[in-house]
Amino acid sequence: MPAALRVVEASYERASMPDVDAHKAMIARIAADKDRAAFKALFLHFGPRIKALMQKAGASSDIADDLVQEVMMSLWRKAHLYSPEKGNVSTWIFTIARNARIDRLRRQSSKPYEDVEAIELASPEPDGEAEMYVSQRSERVASALAELPPEQKQIMELAFINDLPQSQIAEKLSLPLGTVKSRMRLAYGKLRPVLEDLA
Amino acid sequence: MTANHHLDDASIVRYASGDFSTEFVVVSASHLAMCSVCRKAVALAETAGGTYLDTLDTVELADDALPALMQRLDDEAAGTTAGASPAALPEHGQEDTLPLPLRRVVSTPLDAISWKSVGPGIHKHDIQVNKETGQSLFMLKIAPGKKVPEHGHGGGEMTLVLSGSYRDDLGWFGPGDIADLDEHVQHQPHVDSITPCICLVATEAPTRFTGWISRIVQPFVGI
Repeated sequence: MPAALRVVEASYERASMPDVDAHKAMIARIAADKDRAAFKALFLHFGPRIKALMQKAGASSDIADDLVQEVMMSLWRKAHLYSPEKGNVSTWIFTIARNARIDRLRRQSSKPYEDVEAIELASPEPDGEAEMYVSQRSERVASALAELPPEQKQIMELAFINDLPQSQIAEKLSLPLGTVKSRMRLAYGKLRPVLEDLA
Repeated sequence: MTANHHLDDASIVRYASGDFSTEFVVVSASHLAMCSVCRKAVALAETAGGTYLDTLDTVELADDALPALMQRLDDEAAGTTAGASPAALPEHGQEDTLPLPLRRVVSTPLDAISWKSVGPGIHKHDIQVNKETGQSLFMLKIAPGKKVPEHGHGGGEMTLVLSGSYRDDLGWFGPGDIADLDEHVQHQPHVDSITPCICLVATEAPTRFTGWISRIVQPFVGI
């Protein structure tokens, strides 16, 4: 494979289930008691991953470190807004990191995202087994992503990890924009059954 | 409220990964504010983001990262730094029908917006969100019974109906419905509501839109 086409090869090793539950408990302790030990533990786990995400998106080491601080401070301030029925901690942290990436690296505004999140928070899940559903969803999404054909996997990774705009993905891979779009649709289509089966 | 016309799957991915310009984010987010189906679809795509975060190889942090972070907690506890409180939103009153993400960028209620005429029965209100993107965000108010001449798009276009309704080859579009069209789609919206149809529109290629507007106006000017 030519160097220009080489992208992140994610290992798809995921945090073990006890980790996933421990992370949720840590957020709850921050929300309830401003628990610094829980905050430190989350920082030690997620900090180096957030930095990796920012560097993959093109941030320098310094800016990436800065963004780690910003994301962790948002986590500290917003811990009371985290709801385990809506998603795993890593998904929630991804959205905070994405918003920081939009504001700082893309120089756009993430405010509309925060508005949608506020609206979503105000509409509770009626389903009593929502939390079970969330952890199953994460597992199933991870395996669906691992099973994507290489050309779809590559586009999803360039979008989510490398933060490449659709037009630059097309340019980098020498593909028409329409092909990039249809591969994105196909990849997302592999995730969709997770929603339908568990709904 | 749940809509009948939703975001395209590629747009769900682009929204979740953070790829859209602010113009398209405002339209997508305004639709999401009105559509729980698409909010679920976005949450699913964000789960993919969480998976990627979990699977990345870690990068070593700066030596002083932890003490610096703890210092920030101390500063915040001492009240020496301002917490990130969300920007205050303009209060529009009870009558307001604008979705929350749109209220941030439109400072008046829907019935007090200043419109400029761009052709018989068609009014436009430009919304400035970001000068650098070269993309456009605006609202259109189209009079009842008006038929917008058939047009294509110079790039992607998203149209969200805020009030009133229209019909075209793609179906009937009422409040909350979004037409998420790529550059190859041609359509000819026909307003079928008794009140004007008010839409929020983002386009990728403003110069082509100028052409689009003049193509709308041309036939009427010629009368």
